[in-house]
Order: sequence, then structure tokens, then C-alpha cells
Amino acid sequence: MKKTSVVAFLASQGVLIALALLILFGWLRYDNFLGLFNISTVLRYNSMFALVALGMTFVIMTGGIDLSVGATAAMSSVVAALLSPYGMLVGTLGGVFAGLCVGVINGFVIVRLRILPFIATLAAMLAANGTGLLLAKDESVSVSYESGFTDLGQGDILNIPIPALIAAALYIVGSIVLNLTSTGRTVLAIGGNEDASRMMGLPVNRIKFLVYVASGALSGLAGVILASQFGAGQPIEGVGWELFAIASVVVGGTLLTGGLGSVGATLAGVMLLGLIFNVLNFENGMGFISLSAYWQSVVRGVFLLIVVILQSQLTGRAERAETR
Amino acid sequence: MTEVQIQAPPAARRIDALAAIMRYSTLAALILLILFNVFFTKNFVSWRVLDVNLTQVAAIVIVGVGMTLVIATGGIDLSVGSLMAISGAIAPIIFLNKVFYVGEIHVAVALAMIGGILLAGAFGWFNGWLITRFRIQPIIATLVLFIAGRGIAQVMTNGSLQPFKLDTFQWIGLGRLFAPANASPGDFHGVPDQVVIMLVLVAAAAWMLKRSLFGRQILAIGGNERAARLAGVPVAQVKRWVYCISGLCAGLAGLVVIAINSSSDANQVGLGMELDAIAAVAVGGTLLSGGRATITGTLIGALIIQLVRYTMLANGVPDDVAKLAKAALIVAAVWLQSQGRA
Repeated sequence: MKKTSVVAFLASQGVLIALALLILFGWLRYDNFLGLFNISTVLRYNSMFALVALGMTFVIMTGGIDLSVGATAAMSSVVAALLSPYGMLVGTLGGVFAGLCVGVINGFVIVRLRILPFIATLAAMLAANGTGLLLAKDESVSVSYESGFTDLGQGDILNIPIPALIAAALYIVGSIVLNLTSTGRTVLAIGGNEDASRMMGLPVNRIKFLVYVASGALSGLAGVILASQFGAGQPIEGVGWELFAIASVVVGGTLLTGGLGSVGATLAGVMLLGLIFNVLNFENGMGFISLSAYWQSVVRGVFLLIVVILQSQLTGRAERAETR
Repeated sequence: MTEVQIQAPPAARRIDALAAIMRYSTLAALILLILFNVFFTKNFVSWRVLDVNLTQVAAIVIVGVGMTLVIATGGIDLSVGSLMAISGAIAPIIFLNKVFYVGEIHVAVALAMIGGILLAGAFGWFNGWLITRFRIQPIIATLVLFIAGRGIAQVMTNGSLQPFKLDTFQWIGLGRLFAPANASPGDFHGVPDQVVIMLVLVAAAAWMLKRSLFGRQILAIGGNERAARLAGVPVAQVKRWVYCISGLCAGLAGLVVIAINSSSDANQVGLGMELDAIAAVAVGGTLLSGGRATITGTLIGALIIQLVRYTMLANGVPDDVAKLAKAALIVAAVWLQSQGRA
């Protein structure tokens, strides 16, 4: 038990160290890297991914996976845009509710019909994509600019972007739930050993249902921010978000087999993957090299590769030490 | 000489029977779907409709064959779409003489095809290496190339479209076998080449999975990896080959797709293919946790998904609703299979 927590500690510190090094590199090399404009742009844009990754962290900690998050966010952005003339609150609640519905369906199919999370959420991804396109009539839906809906994505409080504040608040809530509540312990227990948790009398089905609902609702919120930030509900956005979120969770050190993980490390993972793109932009701005935007996915892939190999080496060592 | 008769234990026989029922139930669903169309869809019984559906489904089936083998070992391959893009990007670079000059066009095309398929196969091998050497879960190991692979293809082509018009190459997507000399529109136009490739591949893989040692080893690993290892199955080696084969299939499918389009667009080739292929495998009746697989099932599964979409489009249902139907179809198929097992 002690060994695995050492591994978790190393893995979570690894991502923080990498993040710190990347920020240091950027600060030393580029002017304005830590300028207000750049910081708030990066935070504003990546808070959507942070929200999606937060839900994904809980899902993965139970040993599941949610492939529907990107399509759900896109569909919710359409719903929010359609409701935006009725005000910021209605638009936001509507979008979150739409995401929540997808989460409920996912939870039902996985818990009641006992279909693998992978396949259930794959189907939900198709369904959400189709619904989003249907509601949007196959084109992007402009939001209402009079109702104040766009403040949610574009506004600031004390120079901090509102989406970043929302994400930060929810990460704090997520961290409290994981570390201080019985729900959080049950999530980790299910991922550690589902059968054993069931025999211990833990409410396995209810918690599994809840994590998918939470993931859906958070994706819905990400969709709301997407719509309000870019001024349109975009039914074809969100492609590949699920994999970006999974990558962030993995880079953050959460084990994909479940049972182990940290909410804060996921946030660091999101920031790390997001900053890679930012650094590439700055590097191009310097004019010595000209790496096209296409390099960002290569670099992200290589980063993911390094992290998973390191992770497997670390956990492998711990397992060997335990069995010895 | 004494003759030893080995009888299958009754339990195994029952599972076989169940598997047979499952196989025929997907086939029955396909036949029902076809009958529905014969009665309710206008102009359904024509060479053109058959042609359109088979041409559209070929690439999914080719990728699905590799995916079936991967899933049979209990794994998954998310990188197939990106590998299609890589193979689709490198082939035109070679036959358009962008890197080095090859005088004879047939040689250049042969090099391009072999190069594209082998490169994708090599990346597939890399997936298998990650999974077996570092014991990384397949879904994550192949996620690496899912993300990086399309980037590699985009970097190779600088993200730009590579148009071409070259019959020596495009036979793989546009050519036809047994084409009559002068057919009027609506008549039999021959069998599209990629459909022939698809059928040959399905037959070869189905034989391999059922009759060859390699096929039995694949199923043994998917059924119980520990037991297979203890029984002397070279688990790591078999797995690496399976992911390599999946890569080769993706490479081939990439060539077919760019040949049909007369251009290669690294941003588009194979986008979302991993999901289509997995859906075809799931609907076809392959057990997603491994250990039981059917290649012909995957072919039927892909045909069902394609035909559901065609049926809806032909009857005026918008494509977005067809996606909902596809989602329901996948869940229903997997649920029915789990009921059959219980």
C-alpha cells in the first residue's frame, strides 16, 4: 500500500515538475510569456478542456472511460446558444442539463444494461453528435449578444477570466469530494477492485452512475463556455476532446486501471498539454524555426508516450517490490 | 495403432451452438434489412445500389478485419484512422516523385503502395511493442499514435492537399474486375477492385482465425492471457503481430480511400475510422473482451451499419437521425449478445 502511494506521489510530482520546467523555459526564452494577456488567453481557452478532464478523472478512477464528452460538449453548446436569448442563466442551465441527460443515459446503459463503458459511451458520442447537428440544423448557431450570455465566456473578474474561475472552483469541489467524502473513497475503491467493493456493501452502482452523470454535466458546462466564448453553438466542435481529456488524465498520473488518482494532477496535465501549443506559437514567433501547428499533435503524442512509459516503469517496479 | 477419439465436452459444444446462433442472428438481421429495402425503398434492386454500398463499406471492412484480430486478443486499436492518414500521405509523396525520382511509373507506384502499407504496419508493430514491452493498456498505447500519427501525416504533407490523377495507382479505388466492354448506365459494371480486395482479405483472415495455429493462439490470449502464457503461447510475439496486421490493414485502407478521392488530405483520411471499425466488430458479434471473434461477422456488421444508414437516407431521413439509429443499433447489438451469454 505504501509503495503504490509513493508511485502516485512520484507520478503526480512528475507532471508538476514538467509543468514548472516548461513555464520556466517559456519565461526565460520569450518576452510576454508570463504577460497578463498570454496568461489569460491560455487560461480562458483551456478551462473548457479542464472541465471535461475533471469529469474524465472521476470516470477513469472507477476503471471506466467516457468517449462521449466531446460530442456532448458540442451538443450542449448548441443547446446553450439556442437558449441564450433568454439570458445567461437559462442558457447555462440548459446546456448543463443537456450534458447531464447524456450522462444519465451513459450511466443507465453501463450500470443497468451492463455494457462496457467503452462501447456505451461510443454510442452516446454518435447520438450526441447527431442530436447536436439536428438541433443546429447542420450549421453553427449564433448566440444572442444582448442577453449577457457571452459575459460567461468572455468576461473577467479582477482580470481573471470567468471560465478559469469556474474551472478552479469546480476543481476545488472535485478535490474535496475525492479526498474528504465517502463518495470519493468509494470511487477509488471501485477502481481498485469492483467486486470486492460490491461485497463490502459499497453502493457501487449508484456511484458509477453518478460519475457518468457528473462527467456529462461537466462536458455540458464546457459546451456552454464554448458557445459563450466563441459566440456560437458549434455542433461539429469537440472532435478529439475525449482523447485530449484522457491524455491529460494519464499525464497527470491517474492510473487507467482505476483506483488511484489526483484531481490536481489532472489540472496540471491539462495545463502542460495546453502550454505545449502555446510554447510552439511563441517559438514560431521568434523566427528561428518555423514549426507548423501540425507539430503540436506530434509533440503531444511524444509527451504522452514518455509519460506512459515512465508510469509503467514506476508501477512495474512497485509491483515487483510488493510481490517480493 | 490405437485410435484415440477426442470428443468435445458438452459445455464447449453448447457455447459453439450459441455462437452459431449469434452469428446467424446478425445474418438474419442483415437479410431482414435487405428484404425491408426490397419492398419499401424505390429502385433498391439495382447494380448501382449494390455498387454504392459495397464501395463505401470496403475501407471499413478492411480496417475491421485487423480490428477484429486485435479485439480477439482482448485489445483495442485506436490508431487505425491516423495510420490510414500516414499511408495515404506517404504514397503520393513517393509516386509523385517528391522525395526521389523514380523513372518508371509502375515501379514508383509499386514502391508507393508497398511503402505506405509497410510504414503503417511498422507503426502498428510499434503499438504492439509498447503494449507488450511496457505492459501499457492497449487503449492508451494506441492513443499515442492516434494523436501523433495524424500529426506525422500532416507534417509530411505540410497539411496540404495532394491531388493526383494516375490510373496506374487508382485502380485500387476506382478499377473494376470483370467489367463488360460496353455497358449502359444501370447495367452490371464489374466488381470494384477494393471489393475484391476486401473479400479476399475477409476470406484469408477468417480461415486464419479458424484453422491456423496463429488464429488459435490469438483466441487463446483473448480468452485467458495467463493460461495462454502458461500453456506456452508466445503471447508477446502474437500480440505484436496482431497489432502489426491491424496497421497493415489500415495502410491498405488508406490507399483505397485516397485512390477513390483522387487526392490525399492528411486532415481527413481515416477520420473517425477507429469508431466505425469498432462498431462493425461489435455489431458483428465479436466479444469485446476478447476470446471469441468472427471475421465474417465483422463483414456482416459493417454491411448492417452501412445499410441502415443507406435505408434511412434513401427514405428521406436526415443523416443526423441516422447517427442516432446507429448508436441505438450498437447498444442493442452488444446488449443482445450479453443476454445470449447469460
